[in-house]
Amino acid sequence: MTLREKIGWGAMSLLGACALAVVAFQRGEQVNALWIVAASVSVNLIAYRFYARYIARNVMQLDAARPTPAIRRADGLDYVATDRNVLFGHHFAAIAGAGPLVGPVLAAQMGYLPGTLWILAGVVLAGAVQDFMILFISMRRDGRSLGELIRMEMGAVAGTIALIGAFAIMVIILAVLALIVVRALAGSPWGLFTVAATIPLAFAMGIYTRWIRPGRIGEVSILGVIGLLLAIVYGGQVAESAIWGPFFTLTPVQLCILMVGYGAVASVLPVWLLLAPRDYLSTFLKIGAIVALAIGIAVVAPPLRMPALTKFIDGSGPVWSGGLFPFLFITIACGAVSGFHALIASGTTPKLIASEGDAPFIGYGAMLMESFVAIMALVGATILDPGIYFAMNSPAAVLGTDAASAAAAVTSMGFAITPEALAQAARDVGETTIISRTGGAPTLAVAMAEIFSNLIGGQAMKAFWYHFAILFEALFILTAVDAGTRAGRFMLQDLIGLVVPSFRNASAIGPGIIATALCVTAWGFFLYQGVTDPLGGVNTLWPLFGISNQMLAAVALILATVVLFRMKRQRYAWVTILPAAWLCLCTITAGLLKLFSSDPKVGFLAHASKFADAAARGEVLAPAKTMAEMQRIIFNDRIDAALIALFLGVVVSILAFGIRTCRAALKVDHPTVSEIPPAMVPAE
Amino acid sequence: MTRSFRTVLARARETALMMVGQPSYAAYLEHMAQHHEGHPPMDAAAFFRDREQARYGGKGGGRCC
Repeated sequence: MTLREKIGWGAMSLLGACALAVVAFQRGEQVNALWIVAASVSVNLIAYRFYARYIARNVMQLDAARPTPAIRRADGLDYVATDRNVLFGHHFAAIAGAGPLVGPVLAAQMGYLPGTLWILAGVVLAGAVQDFMILFISMRRDGRSLGELIRMEMGAVAGTIALIGAFAIMVIILAVLALIVVRALAGSPWGLFTVAATIPLAFAMGIYTRWIRPGRIGEVSILGVIGLLLAIVYGGQVAESAIWGPFFTLTPVQLCILMVGYGAVASVLPVWLLLAPRDYLSTFLKIGAIVALAIGIAVVAPPLRMPALTKFIDGSGPVWSGGLFPFLFITIACGAVSGFHALIASGTTPKLIASEGDAPFIGYGAMLMESFVAIMALVGATILDPGIYFAMNSPAAVLGTDAASAAAAVTSMGFAITPEALAQAARDVGETTIISRTGGAPTLAVAMAEIFSNLIGGQAMKAFWYHFAILFEALFILTAVDAGTRAGRFMLQDLIGLVVPSFRNASAIGPGIIATALCVTAWGFFLYQGVTDPLGGVNTLWPLFGISNQMLAAVALILATVVLFRMKRQRYAWVTILPAAWLCLCTITAGLLKLFSSDPKVGFLAHASKFADAAARGEVLAPAKTMAEMQRIIFNDRIDAALIALFLGVVVSILAFGIRTCRAALKVDHPTVSEIPPAMVPAE
Repeated sequence: MTRSFRTVLARARETALMMVGQPSYAAYLEHMAQHHEGHPPMDAAAFFRDREQARYGGKGGGRCC
């Protein structure tokens, strides 16, 4: 390092330390959001410059001269050596979704500080390490997928267990994403109209790229965005129309049925008709909105109105139940560490990377970028009046249904707000109510409307920006539902194929339809459960999602540890053991609490037995109104408990396989890893 | 338009296309010319459809929550 670099990095560290000190210790007066941004940027840059480089040089010992899959197997199609900046965009667009936007919003109920610290520490030591390690492992094995990598390094049984876990995670992710859309669009004719308008719009775009001007993605996307903007503008009038307004005003249950039907139909349509064109819109809108949000926060520099810590760190919060440890660490999953990224880092990216030297930038760097998105979402949630935040995110069971009862409930939590302020906030964004719009997305949309209207258009544009933000979130969630159902179908076909080999045939119609139906039924079940849950569903489903996602991350990091042991680099294995141990601790503790906690708000079994006891006495407990509803609640609780038990089983057995494989590797005095040797000549 | 600006623009276009799973058609043609002389390459529309199907129709899912 030259002297100039030393001075530069020294200054950067000083800035980071000062910003963190302000964020952590400033009390009594409001902290500006830019302090969090400054802390996060400097922590990320320092981590990238020093820790990522340490991992690249010492732990992985990357070799820029070693041919990557894109060189060895170049085919101009799947294996293409790609410029590192272009690939960074590809990889970032694939990992950034709704997760990093929603988790931090929910975590804001404990104040801005716990979430900020976990996002920063989590990404540097766990999330980015995981993405980078899996990319490295896959890159040295011809770009194989996570399931295959586990099978290669840890055996067939471990591979199958991981596959079952991955399918269960997929189901929960789809259910929770669909639930977020349902919560955002229920009783919102403006929102529902604009989102529904994207379907015919996508059809038109699909036909255009298929037959009129094949492959002209740029053109068709510009036309599509114009269509979207028109739909948002026109949506305001639709909502006010005496005929169309009520037509697009649907209850959560109606929306749930539509979502399930949509998922089933969309996932069997030809991809060019709906999935591909809408993915263009959602991808470009997502990147655009993220960039705009970053610019907005930098220019507007809003103060944080949520306190650093709220009293809800004791676990009594209305948004989700459970104490700071372990539940904060599973509530913010994506953004700090996300197991799902292991599937992406072992997907298309390792087949496109041009040189091993690019791996830190892609693997570690893109995840840092994603954590920055999470930080922006946290900033969004905490610049809002806390009264509005809690009125939007608490379940109807706590708030009641009108502004007066909600304002009273939130004020009694210690966050004073008037019914008029709640009604005004709803009018500002062009909605009839914002009470109990749980799921994070509407809260973020209000925050984005606040920031964007400060930049462009002022108060008059707020409703437009709110629905723009809802549309942008709903759009990529719907794309994920559609693509996820397809992916889930193939996972299921693979799994059933282990027992019935003929089921594997990807092009056969029968197995395809059966697997699709099973997949949709599975996530539809959890969606319906969430939609009809009087506590709002997010309360139940988000912890399930968080536990499953962090569990997959633990599995990926255990795989990375095994690979380091098998490479005889065990002295560096602390790099992956540290985050793997932390994630195992969090997910196992959270899983056990969800199963066995005696508090019915946390433990599924305690909740089930509370209702079963009442049912045995012939009592009907609120929120159930009939005995049939009582039975359904008990059944749902037991299904959720079984799912948690499955997740625990997966993580514990993979941990056992991991330890066994590491011990076996220690007994051997030479590397046993199954990498493709560096000197291997190209495949052709 | 200066040359560097045009390069930036071309790079941005390439990135946007790669984000939705469309690799460079020019690079594909170059690969076919170098390694598979005699095999006629797909035309631009066929290439686009092939990549579209690979990204969305096949296994893998391709994106995160």
